[in-house]
Amino acid sequence: MAEAQNAPVGSTTTGSIAVAAESTVATRMSAPPSYDVADFPVPHGREEEWRFTPLERLRGLHDGTAVATGNGVKVDVQAPEGVTVEAVGRDDARLGKAGIPVDRVAAQAYSAFEKASVVTVPKETVLTEPIRIAVHGEGGTAFGHQVIELGPFAEAVVVIDHTGDAVLAANVDYLLGDGAKLTVVSVQDWDDKAVHIAQHNALVGRDASFKSVVVTFGGDVVRLHPRVSYAGPGGEAELFGLYFTDRSQHQEHRLLVDHNVPHCKSNVVYKGALQGDDAHAVWIGDVLIEAAAEGTDTYEMNRNLVLTDGARVDSVPNLEIETGEIVGAGHASATGRFDDEQLFYLMARGIPEYEARRLVVRGFFAELVQQIGLPDIEERLIAKIEEELEASVG
Amino acid sequence: MATLEIRDLHVTVEADNATKEILKGVDLTVKQGETHAIMGPNGSGKSTLAYSLAGHPKYTITGGTVTLDGEDVLEMSVDERARAGLFLAMQYPVEVPGVSVSNFLRTSATATRGEAPKLRTWVKEVKEAMERLNMDPAFAERNVNEGFSGGEKKRHEILQLELLKPKVAILDETDSGLDVDALRVVSEGVNRVRETGEVGTLLITHYTRILRYIKPDHVHVFSGGRIVESGGAELADKLENEGYEAYTKGGASA
Repeated sequence: MAEAQNAPVGSTTTGSIAVAAESTVATRMSAPPSYDVADFPVPHGREEEWRFTPLERLRGLHDGTAVATGNGVKVDVQAPEGVTVEAVGRDDARLGKAGIPVDRVAAQAYSAFEKASVVTVPKETVLTEPIRIAVHGEGGTAFGHQVIELGPFAEAVVVIDHTGDAVLAANVDYLLGDGAKLTVVSVQDWDDKAVHIAQHNALVGRDASFKSVVVTFGGDVVRLHPRVSYAGPGGEAELFGLYFTDRSQHQEHRLLVDHNVPHCKSNVVYKGALQGDDAHAVWIGDVLIEAAAEGTDTYEMNRNLVLTDGARVDSVPNLEIETGEIVGAGHASATGRFDDEQLFYLMARGIPEYEARRLVVRGFFAELVQQIGLPDIEERLIAKIEEELEASVG
Repeated sequence: MATLEIRDLHVTVEADNATKEILKGVDLTVKQGETHAIMGPNGSGKSTLAYSLAGHPKYTITGGTVTLDGEDVLEMSVDERARAGLFLAMQYPVEVPGVSVSNFLRTSATATRGEAPKLRTWVKEVKEAMERLNMDPAFAERNVNEGFSGGEKKRHEILQLELLKPKVAILDETDSGLDVDALRVVSEGVNRVRETGEVGTLLITHYTRILRYIKPDHVHVFSGGRIVESGGAELADKLENEGYEAYTKGGASA
């Protein structure tokens, strides 16, 4: 594989991969965070935060023309005993505690949702079963707000599944008390026409650990913006992502880890495979180490595997460091192609074409899938990857 | 007894918007148990012959036939050829990221043998074959050809030859880029396979050096896209002393 290792900017292989120009975390946003949609001008597409996104395919989420319909999404929360699930209004103090909308669509979601859902795991409660949140699109337009709060030393796994067809804009807040452990798996397994834009805000308490697994397979446009900051020292965040971008799909993952307090860790690993004409994956990895954040240890990596011609990757890792007193900070981005020579080599050993592709893609994702640490999710992911391959190669 | 028959093979390649004929009527018969050395200057079409037999899509067959035990090889896809018993040890083996050597070997063996090898015997089989080629066991966990040295790549090719047990093995400049020690180890591997008497070997090389370790039954001089002279091992000695000059000037291109 002709692998290009070129931090700090983008990554490239001949023809299909664009290299994005460098930009900084500080200049990335065109307006300051706000709950009010009116504080953000309607994007025209040349703004730093919108320049990769096909605005014309957002079905009006960005310009105020999208209106909630009755048949938006159906949300079903299955929570084990001890967990509380509430529907609250915009004035609830827990909303926005982990982060404020940073772009127009997130602010639109905040301005337009009807009731927010708050799931609470009380302090020192250790769940043995996951909390499952099924978000099923029923063809309409919806705005949502979900809060998941873990009290001090609580431990939980949350699996959020997105299926069906919808136009959805949402904010999801994760509040981790001191010493809490939260694993969130968010699966975007939408039908082909769905549009899903969401900002995820995690506030990691003192000595708490947050693990996020973002898995994006479906949709016409999926644009997720996971953001992490810390409420006290000793916090850890692991952000894993896996995407499989097919023909005509736009899948965008924009991450920000804000090291705002000392002695916290973060580790970001996102991997994606692409196949088919106009498959477009965007990965933005911003890490900010603020002046106060001494003892920070951070690493971020994005890898892409381009399986066919006609697919495009924009991968932009970006590290901004305001203090030299850190343990480590690194980033890497690489995009490689599965090319005809690799296929020939494998086939020349008797391996059929379909099997050869499967071998390469499974191998590519294997290490990441193993890091998830949840066997049933791992199995499901492997099965889903196989399904994706079958659908397009077969 | 397995026989590879190449008759009047013509092959073209597209280059710079033009079609260029590289092979201009190759005739060759390789039988199981025989070793044929094909020697020739750079650009004579030796590697084109190797890759055409394996079915590389870059090459277009414009005439002639290739059969393996009477079966039409040219009709087969690349993987079918391998499963029929053709093996090409490549001059420049390709890196395959994300796929470990052990996974790759097992998948290949499963494909060519038609069933998955029994795990216990397979592990032993691989371990022993690697030991014979002086390969570190840790090698099995690395990704195929990724970061391999030139010598490691060639050993890995010969490891596959030993494990896949083809009917006809085409070794495309397996000797190029190897130091003497690596050349010896690799040649010993080829000889072990030859000694079984089960494989016909087509040894493609630019140099006579490897023929000190692997003794051919037949030597063919390749020039201008065809075989221009055939003989026994003594022909290699003649090439060693006189070079290819006699074949590249005048006569061969007629």
